[in-house]
Amino acid sequence: MKSKEYIRPMRAMWWLHNTQLKLFMLRELTSVFVAGYAVFLIVLIAKFNTRTPVPLGVDPFGDTLRCPAALVFQLIALPFVIFHSVTWFNLTPKAIVLFRGEERVSPLVIAGGHYALWVLVSVLILLVVL
Amino acid sequence: MAKSNEPFWWALFGAGGMVAALFMPITIVITSVLVMCNAETPDQLGRLFGNPLVRIYLFVLISLPMFHWAHRFRFTLVDLGLKAAKGPIAVLCYGSALAGTLIAALLLLGIWA
Amino acid sequence: MANQTISLEVFRYLPDQEDQPRFQTYQVPYREDWVVLDALNYVKDYLDGTLSYRWSCRMGVCGSCGMMVNGDPKLTCAAFLKDYYPKTIRVEPLTNFPVIRDLVINFDDFLHKLKEVKAWLIPKEEKPVSQGEYLQTPAELAQYKQYSMCINCMLCYAACPVYGIEPKFLGPAAIALGQRYNLDSRDGAKNERADFISSSEGIWECTFVGECTRVCPKHVDPAGAIQQAKVINTQDWWLSFLMPWGKK
Repeated sequence: MKSKEYIRPMRAMWWLHNTQLKLFMLRELTSVFVAGYAVFLIVLIAKFNTRTPVPLGVDPFGDTLRCPAALVFQLIALPFVIFHSVTWFNLTPKAIVLFRGEERVSPLVIAGGHYALWVLVSVLILLVVL
Repeated sequence: MAKSNEPFWWALFGAGGMVAALFMPITIVITSVLVMCNAETPDQLGRLFGNPLVRIYLFVLISLPMFHWAHRFRFTLVDLGLKAAKGPIAVLCYGSALAGTLIAALLLLGIWA
Repeated sequence: MANQTISLEVFRYLPDQEDQPRFQTYQVPYREDWVVLDALNYVKDYLDGTLSYRWSCRMGVCGSCGMMVNGDPKLTCAAFLKDYYPKTIRVEPLTNFPVIRDLVINFDDFLHKLKEVKAWLIPKEEKPVSQGEYLQTPAELAQYKQYSMCINCMLCYAACPVYGIEPKFLGPAAIALGQRYNLDSRDGAKNERADFISSSEGIWECTFVGECTRVCPKHVDPAGAIQQAKVINTQDWWLSFLMPWGKK
């Protein structure tokens, strides 16, 4: 006769169990801020489209850009989006596996290359905008 | 078990994640910090928003990251315990991303004001 | 020398006597060079012969002695008492597996998955021994060597929240071992394994939590194996989607 096996239920808040799991959940939640900013961009474009060219006219685009709620949201979203970037680039060596003969290309090179690209792209965009 | 069609969504997730990682932080800085410090005025940004190349950039920056969110959020909800609603959650997430993509396209093409 | 002791709080489950599990505390001698397994062996030999647990090599190569030590999956032969002393050490069976008795788990599910994934070499071309060895260069070996270090200890399954939520998930070790053979130049069964590895309960269930890689005592990096498989599967999928006439 087989004895009864004991099955332990999974903890509902399993991700609070250790630091790595908390960081994992934080990483996943960054996607909400990524989507949030995308939606903000949609709103911004919609406001831009309704902009009257006449200087005395209303400027919904400028109002939205200067609106305190918009600034507060973006200042909260920015660290989350940067956390997404950092965790994303740090994980690229797991997905991009390159070999030079017997030696595996160092993860630092793969992640580092992405960070370098990030800096380059950001500087180029700033130069275009400013 | 049959081979899954997840690679379709995962490719979008990957592309969206890369686009968001590389381009979103600096774009946020431009539309928030630079505006706050008056390094960039709404008029200057407005001129950029009218530029067709910038509009393509904005479309890519909206659409792909939304698919990134959709895929990641769908799995996060399951990880948080909503395993039973796996199917409807997927439809809602990808549907929202598709809607966002469509709206962005219509707005950027000037078809919708 | 002062007789130092340390407390071990051990999960007990005796199904023929009790319906519910409980914890039992034992005072064992504290020795600087002892591991948790030594402490459990002391309990069994001198304090309580009814305690049941698995162990074998006591040197981190057999994969038998995996247990939860203070909530973290560890090989008890590699968890030193001095890293926990003087605090109490809590020992439980590996998470996400049914408990047969005390610290002994039922891991039929894992063995079943090893079979599903065909975790053995299926040569591209069978050849008789008389025709000699299958040749492989060091560079070809390097492609899969890391994934061949798996000792089937199942710490990764205990650490994986996805496996906890979805028991049908193929899991880190099974996928890493499948990859070990898929990437082996002598092997020719990638397509046979694809039905399980590339399914929604295979690599596509994984959300890259990464705990499996953190707890692996042999540095196999199953999370890396899974992400690598996702990239390969995605490339294959898009190629066959864009060029359906190509070979499967």
